[in-house]
Amino acid sequence: MSKTSLILGLSLMLSAVTAVAANPKQAPNPYESASRPTMGCKIDRIVFAKLSSLDIKPVLCSDAVFVRRVYLDVIGTLPTAEEAWKFINDPNRKNKRRILIDQLLERDEFADYWSMKWGDILRIKAEFPINLWPNAAQAYHRWVRASIAENKPYDQFVREMLTSSGSNFRVGPVNFYRAIQNKTPEGIATTVALTFMGTRTDSWTKDRLAGTAIFFSQIGYKPTSEWKEEHVFWNPLGSALPPGSTAPGQAAIKTSAPVADEKSKLPVTPAAPLVGVFPDGKKVEIPPNQDPREVFADWLITPENPWYTKSIVNRVWAWLMGRGIIHEPDDIREANPPSNPELLSYLQKEFINSGYDLKHLYRLILTSNVYQLSSIPRQDSQEARANFASYPLRRLEAEVLIDAVNKITGTSDLYTSAIPEPFTYIPKDLPAIALADGSITSPFLALFGRSARATGMENERDNKPVPAQWLHMLNSSHIQSKLEQGPALKEIFMSRKPPAEIVKALYLTILSRPPTQEEFKTILEFVKSTRSRREAAVDISWALINSPEFLYRH
Amino acid sequence: MNTKESSINPERITRREAMRRGLCGAAGALLTERLGGDVLAAKDGTKKIPTETKAKAKSVIQIFLWGGMSHNDTWDPKPESGRDYMGEFGQVIDTNVDGIRLGALFPKLAQQADKFALIRSMTHGINGHETAAYLMQTGHTPGERLAYPSVGAVVALFKSKQYKGLIPPYVVLTKAAGRFSEEGFLGPKYKPFATGGDPNANRFEVEGVVARGITDDRQKTRRNLLDKLNTMGRTMSSNSQLDAAEKSKSEAYELILGSGKEVFDLSKEDAKLRDLYGRHTFGQECLAARRMVQAGVPYITINYPGGWDTHKGHFQTMRRQCPQLDQGLAMLLKDLSDHGLLDSTLVWCCGEFGRGPKVDWQPPWNGGRNHYGKVFSVLVAGGGFKGGRVVGSSDDKAETVKERPVYPVDLLGSIYQLAGIDPSARLPHPLGLEAHVLPTADEVVKSAGILKEIM
Repeated sequence: MSKTSLILGLSLMLSAVTAVAANPKQAPNPYESASRPTMGCKIDRIVFAKLSSLDIKPVLCSDAVFVRRVYLDVIGTLPTAEEAWKFINDPNRKNKRRILIDQLLERDEFADYWSMKWGDILRIKAEFPINLWPNAAQAYHRWVRASIAENKPYDQFVREMLTSSGSNFRVGPVNFYRAIQNKTPEGIATTVALTFMGTRTDSWTKDRLAGTAIFFSQIGYKPTSEWKEEHVFWNPLGSALPPGSTAPGQAAIKTSAPVADEKSKLPVTPAAPLVGVFPDGKKVEIPPNQDPREVFADWLITPENPWYTKSIVNRVWAWLMGRGIIHEPDDIREANPPSNPELLSYLQKEFINSGYDLKHLYRLILTSNVYQLSSIPRQDSQEARANFASYPLRRLEAEVLIDAVNKITGTSDLYTSAIPEPFTYIPKDLPAIALADGSITSPFLALFGRSARATGMENERDNKPVPAQWLHMLNSSHIQSKLEQGPALKEIFMSRKPPAEIVKALYLTILSRPPTQEEFKTILEFVKSTRSRREAAVDISWALINSPEFLYRH
Repeated sequence: MNTKESSINPERITRREAMRRGLCGAAGALLTERLGGDVLAAKDGTKKIPTETKAKAKSVIQIFLWGGMSHNDTWDPKPESGRDYMGEFGQVIDTNVDGIRLGALFPKLAQQADKFALIRSMTHGINGHETAAYLMQTGHTPGERLAYPSVGAVVALFKSKQYKGLIPPYVVLTKAAGRFSEEGFLGPKYKPFATGGDPNANRFEVEGVVARGITDDRQKTRRNLLDKLNTMGRTMSSNSQLDAAEKSKSEAYELILGSGKEVFDLSKEDAKLRDLYGRHTFGQECLAARRMVQAGVPYITINYPGGWDTHKGHFQTMRRQCPQLDQGLAMLLKDLSDHGLLDSTLVWCCGEFGRGPKVDWQPPWNGGRNHYGKVFSVLVAGGGFKGGRVVGSSDDKAETVKERPVYPVDLLGSIYQLAGIDPSARLPHPLGLEAHVLPTADEVVKSAGILKEIM
């Protein structure tokens, strides 16, 4: 198509696009809905009551914002142009959001994306400093992903990690105890507290940590004749481990039990009974025929435990809402109270009554009006944020961002691990959210703050903007060549459709919504001013992927 | 010392002052630091970014020989140990400093021996790449609770007050080693900026800075379009998060559109000088590093373009790589000195460990050398280090430390001190956890004291 006819076409189509973009109820902008929020569920009643006391009137997001948001939040993946357009045009205004949520919770990418999130917390990493080794990292990830896919009840999920024994290659959850840098009983207790109680032992007294460490003082690790295979097992007699029984490159494991002499190799019980102290201060004598990890799991996994359900419902809320009711979600302690205690205890109760059903919890939060609020703050105060007055902006995680760019352009990235040699290469079409092992990476993922998976802290993943990231998005050959050569974008640019359809397709593909009238005018003027249609098309796509609307969850 | 003297000879003062601080500063602090005072400062310390004080070294260039370079083939030759040890490299050469001899693969470096010191008693005993690399670049033992930042990230942090340049404060030529997260818990701001590209190519295309085929005009037009199409940004006026993103974007544009990127334009250098550095990637990386030093960049790492993990094909690899290392490194020291920059630029060069001093002639190695952390060599120069010196020694076969062990904390403690950074200073941890530049007295690490003899 010549430039003149393109401009002519664009002008003719301008009115048509405007009609498409306009909301029937005349929302003030493409991001908000003209409908008022309703008190659809208990979450809404609790949160809106709080907001009303702060004199904040919440506003709902538009369908276009919702479809993009819920795809990114639930499956870590952008909707296609078709998926977005179908949802926006679906006349079933009453139920379509709920139906979409149900569909997304069953998608394969749901398991991929949430395995990635759990992978950060559970430290799934083959190499330094976790050193699970590749086969074990894969086994651990496979177990996590299968658990999420089958919606394994959360009590079972946690118990399997806390109490399993067996081979790191064959029993995925035993890797929980291997994915810890400091494998002393105190180090393990610290990781257990962080992971399942959402609390940092830095704020504990020494005695409390020592008492909890008792439950993790009889964990043994031993090698097998298979290269880098290791068994995790209950080792009540503290039997002597042959030299070199730790993974190469890792510090030897200190056990509090004395090294066994000839006598204790006989099947006798250890002399002194073990006395553990739970983090709530309760003492327990651990019978010699019982694995102390089981005793700890029995204490932890109960509806009454002061940390267990609080920690997980708060984490899931934070993952979906961008901020914990207790903030940060892995810093539960008395001096850091929840911003809305009623909300927290309601979620706990629902979670317990559902039989620790994680998908039920997701559904409960996602279908609330609170989740579906606009991201345009009406009051930019700390208090408004802590009470979820609007949906908070968050930059897309490194993996989600590169997957989105690849999906738009129809390109892929190469993921490798430099160690161990020979290098590991991952199939080209695997999205970054599905990478099992934190050691397998790319320069992009490293630059955009992917979790180092060294400690399992939430804040190991860093989404703060730094200039070097902008250099990459704005000006790198990596991104530029995707925009210039990506087959999916080319298909849109080169299609024989009317120009207005092309622009609309571009907007739906990149921003999951049609362009506004003003945007259309801007693009029209821009195309007029450039010499090459191809260059113009690349530059428009470039501008859209560098807009905050693309880079941020909103 | 009176003020007049100090104004005439500021260098001497700084050196003396560095000495004084060496005695009761780093080494002393490692032993005597009290826990109490620091814990009290915790709340405050987490917010504040610490700064350097009175640095001798304004910039640091680290040449990292990833994989671990053999020490007895190069900077600690033992000609008497015979072919089982020396393999194909039995020859040694004199240098321009009496009594210092190098392996014959380093004739150009031999002519600059007055400018550098060799540590021949570096030791940590670890033979795993990642663990050793982490230890050599953080000073902390892997497996501690925290993931520490590398020395480059720490220097970038402490110099962030003084350095206002557009080029990021911690640059890696050309690719990050990627074996551990160099920024550690300091977050992505202190991640090394990897240039990508090849400085030996016609045009050094620095990823994100020097773009292929996009004119400045098109950059400006695009930027304008981006602003106009930013509907959401306009709808959310004054959102603190978007403001922060916008600010870092403007900083990026200053580099994309400004003259700052000329640092990477090696065609601005005399062709003859470029030849002297060597027309190979490493040689031109050294030249690019010198240009960055002139621009004030605090920390530049050159990850040697080619590995030194020579289990097999050892002698061939050494014959190929050593002449380039020799040429580039020797010229870098000479050129820094010619520009009067060597006194304020610290250069250090080593791998994460050395290689087995005894050649492995059996299959499958067929004349290879394996990992060796018990003793190996490090080259240090400039920035307050004295040249023409040797620190410590290994035994007759270069297998163990004979005199004056140098542990990672000793080397890094010296580098920190010359860079004006107190090794016992607290690092800002995002959660306010207790973390220091180097391990404190209550952490058990081996130390034989900082390198006072060459500072």
